[in-house]
Amino acid sequence: MKAKEEKLRQDASECPRETVILARNLDLVFQTADGPVQALKDVSLDIARGDFVSFIGPSGCGKTTFLRVIAGLEEPTGGEITVNDLTPDEARRLRAYGYVFQAAGLYPWRTIAGNVKLPLEIIGFTRAEQDERVKKVLELVDLSGFERKFPWQLSGGMQQRASIARALAFDADILLMDEPFGALDEIVRDHLNEQLLKLWERTGKTICFVTHSIPEAVYLSTRIVVMSPRPGRIHEVIESPLPRERPLEIRDTPEFLEVAHQVREGLKAGHGYDE
Amino acid sequence: MTNDAGLLKGRIMPVLTVVAAILALWYAAAAWMNAPWTLAQAERAGKTLTLSEIVKDTMRQSRPRLPAPHQIAAEIWKTTVQKKITSKRSLIFHGWITLQATLAGFALGAAAGIVMAILITYSRTMELGLMPWAIISQTIPIVALAPMIIVVLATLGVEGRLVPKAIISAYLCYFPVLVGMVKGLRSPHREQLDLMKTYNASGIQTFFKLRLPASVPYLFTSLKIGIAAALVGAIVGELPTGAVRGLGARILIGDQFGQPIQIWAALSAAAILAGALIAIVGLLQRLTLKRMGMAQ
Amino acid sequence: MTWLIGSLVFWVAAWLLNVWLANGPWRGRRAVRIAVPVIFGISLLVLWEGVVRGLQVSPVVLPAPSAIWARIVQSFPILWQDFVQTAVKGAVSGYVIGCMAAFLVAILVDRKPFLKRGLLPIGSFVAALPIVGIAPIMVNWFGFGWESKAAVVVVMVFFPVLVNTVQGLDEASAMQRDLMRTYGAGYWQELARLRLPAAMPFVFNGLKVATTLALIGAIVAEYFGSPTYGMGFRISTEVGRLAIDMVWAEIAMAALAGSAFYGLVVLFEKWVTFWHPSQRNRAGD
Repeated sequence: MKAKEEKLRQDASECPRETVILARNLDLVFQTADGPVQALKDVSLDIARGDFVSFIGPSGCGKTTFLRVIAGLEEPTGGEITVNDLTPDEARRLRAYGYVFQAAGLYPWRTIAGNVKLPLEIIGFTRAEQDERVKKVLELVDLSGFERKFPWQLSGGMQQRASIARALAFDADILLMDEPFGALDEIVRDHLNEQLLKLWERTGKTICFVTHSIPEAVYLSTRIVVMSPRPGRIHEVIESPLPRERPLEIRDTPEFLEVAHQVREGLKAGHGYDE
Repeated sequence: MTNDAGLLKGRIMPVLTVVAAILALWYAAAAWMNAPWTLAQAERAGKTLTLSEIVKDTMRQSRPRLPAPHQIAAEIWKTTVQKKITSKRSLIFHGWITLQATLAGFALGAAAGIVMAILITYSRTMELGLMPWAIISQTIPIVALAPMIIVVLATLGVEGRLVPKAIISAYLCYFPVLVGMVKGLRSPHREQLDLMKTYNASGIQTFFKLRLPASVPYLFTSLKIGIAAALVGAIVGELPTGAVRGLGARILIGDQFGQPIQIWAALSAAAILAGALIAIVGLLQRLTLKRMGMAQ
Repeated sequence: MTWLIGSLVFWVAAWLLNVWLANGPWRGRRAVRIAVPVIFGISLLVLWEGVVRGLQVSPVVLPAPSAIWARIVQSFPILWQDFVQTAVKGAVSGYVIGCMAAFLVAILVDRKPFLKRGLLPIGSFVAALPIVGIAPIMVNWFGFGWESKAAVVVVMVFFPVLVNTVQGLDEASAMQRDLMRTYGAGYWQELARLRLPAAMPFVFNGLKVATTLALIGAIVAEYFGSPTYGMGFRISTEVGRLAIDMVWAEIAMAALAGSAFYGLVVLFEKWVTFWHPSQRNRAGD
């Protein structure tokens, strides 16, 4: 286990890096009652193993849609996308994704442990392995001791941590997070951001992270994808020069502010502040 | 235009398909259930019938076990359009009798439901004391009371069957109205109520300016259930009591004289009446909500 | 006259006690929630007794609760036989068959969106119809025994349960279904682990409505033909003989049976849908 983690981390830090997600000229047009809507236009992006990629942009820029395309929940109408050299749908069937939504979406009729166990039951792990994994991931998100609580007995931040544990439980390759902390208050959010970075450090997972918040994107990511709306497209990809080790205080350094400024300028140039 | 086509494809077509399937099943069941009688008749007469002859005969018996839909339709036609409204054989006449009891019971039940809902919203004693009994009242099979209500009212000197039927109607109708209205009166959010407080509004002002308007959508939804329940009550009130007028009475008499087509015609008339009543309340709901600016 | 005034005083006192209990220092207690309706019920019974005795109401119009109780004790074997025939054999068997059938049909229908869109409006319409009216037809088809009563009950409970279950199966949010898809879950896995549990509050709404309908159906069907026992049979014959105390005794039994039946379903609901906000609020209050 340790060796594998070590190897993943090396993969992540060494060049040339292995491409996990490869999108070329993606188009997606939704047919609605008011006519066709172009949700994605000509989106091309490579995401390497171990990357932490944030997608930022105003509503309607297609960042959530792109995440859903990666997960195989939406079928692109044009272009190409592969995940580990498979189609997203094939990758989904091989359980390559841990998806975290803005709402924790825990089942109220299951305990915290039961919720984390849900994907494991579906995938068909043995009982013993289920219990072991549940214990491990709950430790990872700092929820040990809450196994037998029901979701509605926990705070919003704890529920969201449980939903992250659920996404981690079956060791999916790629973590897709759709504004996971959007509904939480600033203080809880800071705390969870810090924890998420540690988790990423420890597991070496590839993370795609959708957010509205510039500081959140800059603090977390190795790459920041700035998107713009109507039609949804990639405006700019910013490589973060920040080190992988990031205490919360890094947000007061000139480097951090410089990247944040760059993102803000990108959003402005992409007409992100229209409306 | 795309919307109309969408509506047709999305909502009307499935319903029509299911209706067609039900009719087909009905005909098949009618042939299957009525065939034994046909065969018995033929055997008695010493004839052998072909399959098509059997099927044909099952569709036109005068006392079938299960009448075919077109027989019921013909009976309805005969007893509505081709009969004078005042005739004892007119379904419209009987429908009117039932409708009177339904509307009286509906008015009574809806009023009782609304008043109780207001009391329950404003008095905690009422809420704790009354609400459980309101629920229990619905678990009591009201039909058990029906024959007695009629006898008791008769001994008290209340003539006619309208009042007892209306009481049973009201009994079935008040509960959904009560529940919907309580929900509606409690639907304003804490912030909305707090806002009224910052205006130093009186209880009555809060009621008329906030709680009552907020409850209207809930009220209408429950009124739709209530009017259907009131019709059930009126018919139930006719069934066990030897009534001679009303749709329930038609069912009763059809049973006593072994006229299944008449029973089915009365049942269909009741269904049509229910549909019409619900549609009318639904229309009122849409108009009211539109005027209040609450329509979706 | 003392009866009348005494019972009125008792009723007012009980009311004041309730006001104090409901708004006093123990207002939140569970015991108060039980005590207030019980006191209210007892005070009504006392008032009833007082009015009947004080005004010397004829027993043909309204017998006193004490007289009804005496009748229940005296005729218990008959009442029990009627109860078994109507409530257990007629209502419960029809209820079980009808609810299970509706549940299974709902799950089948759920797989075909076209069928669902067609059946849902028709089902909700039929659920609002006076289906009790088919009682004479069922008696004609299935005879005087409990089978015809069960048949009426099957038809009556079928539609509300069907409609509620079909609606409930749509209850799981799009997000939760997406989540299932990211796990690569199959249809039956999604049904068993997500959509059925999420549907349960709706299913129980249907089941609760159906309990009331079941007893109504079984009793009405007896008015159209039954063996010489059964609650509906007894009520209609005793009314004819003006033995109103016996009718009230049957009504009391019916009320008890109906409430117990409903109460059982509610208990079961609490156990299954303990997680639903409506159940949680009540428990936490």
